[in-house]
Amino acid sequence: MATNPALKPNHWSDFPDANGHFGPYGGRFVAETLMEPIEELRVAYERLRNDPEFIAELDRDLAQYVGRPSPLYHAERWSAKLGGAQIYLKREDLNHTGAHKINNTMGQGLLARHMGKTRVIGETGAGQHGVATATVAARLGMECVVYMGAEDIKRQAINVYRMRLLGATVISVESGSKTLKDALNEAMRDWVTNIDNTFYIIGTVAGPHPYPAMVRDFQAIIGREARTQSLDQAGRLPDALIACVGGGSNAIGLFHPFLDDEGVAMYGVEGGGDGIASGHHAAPLSAGKPGVLHGNRTYLMEDADGQIIETHSISAGLDYPGVGPEHAWLKDTGRAQYVAITDTEALDAFHSLTRVEGIIPALESSHALAYAMKLAPTLDQDKIVIVNLSGRGDKDIHTVAAHEGITV
Amino acid sequence: MSRIAGRFAALAKAGRKALIPYVTAGDPNPDVTVPLMHAMVAAGADLVELGVPFSDPMADGPVIQAACERALKHRVSLRKVLEMVRSFRAQDQDTPVILMGYLNPVEVMGYAAFAQAAKDAGVDGVLTVDLPPEEAGGLLDELKKVAIDPIFLLSPNTSDERVRKIAAVASGFLYYVSFKGVTGANRLDVGAVATKLNAIRKLTDIPVGVGFGIRDAQSAADVSAVADAVVVGSALVKRIADLAEQPANIDASLSEVLTAMRQAMDAQQRAVANR
Repeated sequence: MATNPALKPNHWSDFPDANGHFGPYGGRFVAETLMEPIEELRVAYERLRNDPEFIAELDRDLAQYVGRPSPLYHAERWSAKLGGAQIYLKREDLNHTGAHKINNTMGQGLLARHMGKTRVIGETGAGQHGVATATVAARLGMECVVYMGAEDIKRQAINVYRMRLLGATVISVESGSKTLKDALNEAMRDWVTNIDNTFYIIGTVAGPHPYPAMVRDFQAIIGREARTQSLDQAGRLPDALIACVGGGSNAIGLFHPFLDDEGVAMYGVEGGGDGIASGHHAAPLSAGKPGVLHGNRTYLMEDADGQIIETHSISAGLDYPGVGPEHAWLKDTGRAQYVAITDTEALDAFHSLTRVEGIIPALESSHALAYAMKLAPTLDQDKIVIVNLSGRGDKDIHTVAAHEGITV
Repeated sequence: MSRIAGRFAALAKAGRKALIPYVTAGDPNPDVTVPLMHAMVAAGADLVELGVPFSDPMADGPVIQAACERALKHRVSLRKVLEMVRSFRAQDQDTPVILMGYLNPVEVMGYAAFAQAAKDAGVDGVLTVDLPPEEAGGLLDELKKVAIDPIFLLSPNTSDERVRKIAAVASGFLYYVSFKGVTGANRLDVGAVATKLNAIRKLTDIPVGVGFGIRDAQSAADVSAVADAVVVGSALVKRIADLAEQPANIDASLSEVLTAMRQAMDAQQRAVANR
């Protein structure tokens, strides 16, 4: 499958290298003051990830607090309706707080406590990572500050209130485009100012090393469970995996444990907005170029001068101009394919799954479902496709209603 | 000897410390910058640091973020900044010019093309905030080819081992960030700066400039007692912001601040010399 066989590595799990590089991507592109804390984090994480007590503590919280394992559900009616491959949904929407985000915040929250930090900060776009961070902070008794773009605060009032109920301080970010990327900038500024007592819980597989690898490892439980469940329930590995990609944490979490399974195809689905040709989208892997932002080298949405441009997706969780560096690497090596789904296609999938299976998916996950609607009919009925249903859609019903001219 | 090394050598000989003002290129509009650079030199600047506007200036506080936004409204690109330097150089062949910015605009231009264009324009040093030496190999090679000094940051939490590693690839001067935080914050502790600078000087002979938190003549003089250079940014950029609608007054306003800083720094050095 590799588009460039020379780039194909022998062992996927060897990545990143010691300096956090996935081929030419990743790395540590931060100001000097952050070099010491990211190294401190790397050392602490390397120690704890292999510590049986830490692993047991995390596993217990994932089982009893988050509610893992999440089911792998064979969507038989939806599969029959699409008329091709059998579609299985990895039900991350059933996790506590309603999305995959808590797999990561639980891990980083425990890590923060082990490192003696008393304050956690996070950035959020749609509010899902902010809620997951505030939740874990409440659970662990830590101070929590969440940065959120002023535009997103307007669009996501319910999640803002949820975070405040959980005891977090939500700070409105007024700089730049007032969205997720600016919230990330502001969280970095807070971190560099309060390094001594503060742990920055990044919500996706981006940022300086070790974040992309660490967040991937915390999210890889999705793929490990799905792999076991597929073998148990279907008697074999799937033929394809599909997941939406904003920063890319739910996708890498599903993909990573399958990377060495050569027969498993992988599709990452970006927010195509009004369509790639419109320029009004959030699809750096489909239509961007490599560059450096937020501590790592990866594909970006940028103009000819290297300024980061504003993105558009109906799904706030996909509305980000960068993407995790491991996805950039998987794209260049050809191990995974990246495609874009428009707002309209995602909405169609949202309605289709809701009506046929009784499951209301998040708009982010609806992008993955929309690609499944395209792919499944091209495959035989004995093929298996796993779609990561990364979050539930309750948070999006106002957006969907507004799109249809309905006031809820 | 590079223009930066030459300037530091001459200052040391004269018993003076360098005053380095920072402004964001193109703030509040592109016509202001080159005349302002000349005005700052006339007011006592020894080197000029020119900020390259970036959409996502992660290491900067609100004052310089806003300056970037004002400049970007005029689409002030890296190429336009280089044109400004070229224009400045037509009249001033002596004052070193340092570009300070973020990596992505340089990545987009390409390292080799950027280094050559910067050299041709008359740039003397390049400080790329989000490029630690671990990731800097490719750009360092190209800057070396054209004899542009790579300027690197040091911070309060930079270990001795890292100071050595950074000093091994840096030239011109080292830029010590006076506190853990972003530009424009008010957290300067001159005693702590002096302690760290003493430690740094045991590890390298490269001149050390200090920036972050220097806001007036007094803090400039205090820092100049312990540093080789004083970098002042947000305090100037704040004045530019206040005068964004009256750009004709910017030169005079910044000259006033710099003149006061210059006098206080020189008085401080005379006091030391007479002690």
